[in-house]
Amino acid sequence: MGALFRSEEVCLVQLFLQSGSAYNCVSELGELGLVEFRDLNTQVNSFQRKFISEVRRCEEMETTFAFLEQEIGRSLWPPLIGPLPVPSPAPFAPQPRELMAIEEESERLAWELREVSRNRDSLRSQLTLLSQYRGVLIQTHPLTASQAPPPPQSLETAALMDHRQDTRLCFVAGVVHPWKVPVFERLLWRACRGYIIVDFREMEQRLEVPETGEKVHWMVFLISFWGDQIGQKVKKICDCFHTHTFAYPEHTAEREEILIGLQNRIMDITTVLSQTEGYLQQLLARCVVALPRWKVSVAKCKAVQTVLNLCSPSVTDKCLIAEAWCPARKLLLLQSALIEGTRKSGSMVDSFYNRLPSPGSPPTLFTTNSFTSAFQSLVEAYGVAAYREINPAVFTIVTFPFLFAVMFGDVGHGLLMALAALWMIRQDTPKNIRSSNELWRLFYEGRFLILLMGLFSIYTGAIYNECFSKGLSLFPSGWHLQPMNWSDETLRGNQFLTLDPSVSGVFLGPYPFGIDPMWHLANNHLSFLNSYKMKMSVITGVLHMTFGVCLSFFNYSHRGQWSSVFLVLLPELLFLQSLFGYLLVLVVLKWLLFGPAASDTAPSILVHFINMFLMADSKDNTPLFSGQGQQHPLVTDTSSINTLHGDLERGEREEDEEVIEKFDAAEVFMEQAIHTIEFCLGCISNTASYLRLWALSLAHAQLSDVLWVMVMRISLSWQGMLGSVVLAVVFSLFALLTVSILLVMEGLSAFLHALRLHWVEFQHKFYSGTGYKLNPFSFSSIIDSL
Amino acid sequence: MAQTAFFITMGVMTLFWALVGGVVPWFIPKGPNKGVIVTMLVLTAVCCYLFWLIAILSQLNPLFGPALSNDTIWYLRYHWP
Repeated sequence: MGALFRSEEVCLVQLFLQSGSAYNCVSELGELGLVEFRDLNTQVNSFQRKFISEVRRCEEMETTFAFLEQEIGRSLWPPLIGPLPVPSPAPFAPQPRELMAIEEESERLAWELREVSRNRDSLRSQLTLLSQYRGVLIQTHPLTASQAPPPPQSLETAALMDHRQDTRLCFVAGVVHPWKVPVFERLLWRACRGYIIVDFREMEQRLEVPETGEKVHWMVFLISFWGDQIGQKVKKICDCFHTHTFAYPEHTAEREEILIGLQNRIMDITTVLSQTEGYLQQLLARCVVALPRWKVSVAKCKAVQTVLNLCSPSVTDKCLIAEAWCPARKLLLLQSALIEGTRKSGSMVDSFYNRLPSPGSPPTLFTTNSFTSAFQSLVEAYGVAAYREINPAVFTIVTFPFLFAVMFGDVGHGLLMALAALWMIRQDTPKNIRSSNELWRLFYEGRFLILLMGLFSIYTGAIYNECFSKGLSLFPSGWHLQPMNWSDETLRGNQFLTLDPSVSGVFLGPYPFGIDPMWHLANNHLSFLNSYKMKMSVITGVLHMTFGVCLSFFNYSHRGQWSSVFLVLLPELLFLQSLFGYLLVLVVLKWLLFGPAASDTAPSILVHFINMFLMADSKDNTPLFSGQGQQHPLVTDTSSINTLHGDLERGEREEDEEVIEKFDAAEVFMEQAIHTIEFCLGCISNTASYLRLWALSLAHAQLSDVLWVMVMRISLSWQGMLGSVVLAVVFSLFALLTVSILLVMEGLSAFLHALRLHWVEFQHKFYSGTGYKLNPFSFSSIIDSL
Repeated sequence: MAQTAFFITMGVMTLFWALVGGVVPWFIPKGPNKGVIVTMLVLTAVCCYLFWLIAILSQLNPLFGPALSNDTIWYLRYHWP
């Protein structure tokens, strides 16, 4: 049938890799992404493995690369847009000499970067300090220049002053962070009340704070005080607030000299700083060019060394033995990869493989393309298929969009969905495939699924006759008004009048494609639609479940369990058909046989069905076909006997087969009994569960109807020029609500319910989902994760 | 008249989906995807045909008719035959 019907045949191979060429052989296999290696050294600690030192070396190099990348992110100007580019074509796993070269060069680059960064940072802080000093001198110049000269000393004041220790006016000048100014000022005043004068001036230039790097307007302060103790207090307070204080000469001439000196030094430092920056950018540019290739090479080397750690050395220590899972049809490819690896390493002795019998169950492998991968991932979210089990994904490709469409049916909405999917399919650029936006990736990977869902929704919408909640009348309706012969008085007297199909000429045949548009205009359209949709759901459900049960035949026949076919499959089928298949027959018969002429004596299927179970009889419920009364007990008995019989026989058969091993007869019977009960009750509940098809399609139809009536119809009934403006505005609201509520919300809801129907009602009948996936050793997956 | 129209419709639809599900699969070129495409065609034909069939069978013998408001009846008298 194809690769998707059953998983591929996977076999266990034992690889004998010669010591010299082991690295190259494994890297060839990694390029191909063919096999999954098994761990042969599970009892060995990860620190004691053979190639642990090489792995460590690779990890150290990766640390260096991380540091380089960090520096690039921090200092590169202009900054990089997006992540580092992926090198193409990707470099091969490096030979030992190449690896050493990469190691040397990366370490040298890292060392140089560190040095240059350090120099640059120190230069920057020096520049800041000098600029602050210059700012202090400039800002405080008008302060001290304008201060009045001290009053002329009279004899008394001079005598008074002589008693004091220090009478010189001292200055402390510096800069403080602007946020700390109020607290600083208050503390100074409280501590040195009255003995100091403080002045604050804001600097014109913005300079950066050394710790955080942000630029603020520093506040220049000048504290004039007299007294030594005050001076100590002031200095302590200044230190406490992390201010930078500078020596402040008293005379203007000195200050001007210092200012000129500062200007020269600032100019020098600025030149050196710009040169340093230039050199730094050069280094970073070299990093950006070389780093992607290095990262990929080292990642590949590390992966190969990790795989070599999984292999066990042979007795003679001349070759490594590896065990791997390989798809059976790719064994020749495996052989050619080994030959290629041997050739690359220049060794004379070939590496070869040997096929082993598989212990336990091999992993499952499905080859999917971009179309089928969405459906395969839907199935695998429930459980990975057991080895060589029937894969429901093949059938899900059509049944999932179909069941979705039954719940979503609307031509207009389906068309919008299909167009959106077509647009996504056209967006086939690598940027979209590897996008980091999770939500976009989710929708993008399901683009074919969404396309199919949209197309099927157009079809079911055409049959439900719904297009943005309006009906289309492509063919003439089957219902005619004239034969009813209603007079004008009848019309004026009654608000609602019902067409009677038993009057000749009123109903001239069913609408050829879908639901008659007359029903859209009717008040009692729900009565008809509910009955139709409920029966449709049950029919769809029973057929879907029967299909699922029949698929288990393929599983049993593949495993040669023919006894199960007769003892499990046939009773299950018989039970399902004799109850629910019979229900289907009743539904179809009622549709075909009972018309308007017999409308008041039409039988109720529900009552018949209940009576069948209760083995009772209602006198005034007309039988659907002659002899129905006798059929019912027969049907019930058949179904119950069959399942019990199947259960018992299965239990007995198990007992016969496992007589040698230790087992518990009661356990086997119990298991089978549970399975029987589960299946029987499950049939009933699962059939009822399919009624969600009816419920959701009803909800969708009603929602779109409400949206139309409440939003669009109001704007369409406005007349005149103002009406056109209102229409434009209201239409945008209608479009927004349609997309957000009806497409997105209802779409997700119908998606979820269709998924549940598949996972629980369909797959539970034949699918065990207890396998594990083949996870091949492949470089492409490693590079993707970089 | 109505009977023949019904049979024509029935015949056309059955023939169409029978073609899609039974004849087109023979013309799909051999390749790795042949199995999947054939399964898709057959399943589509079966599902869509069944869905249409249920819709038309449920309307074949209606047990009651639509109840229209008098405005609708007034409008339809002059617009629908």
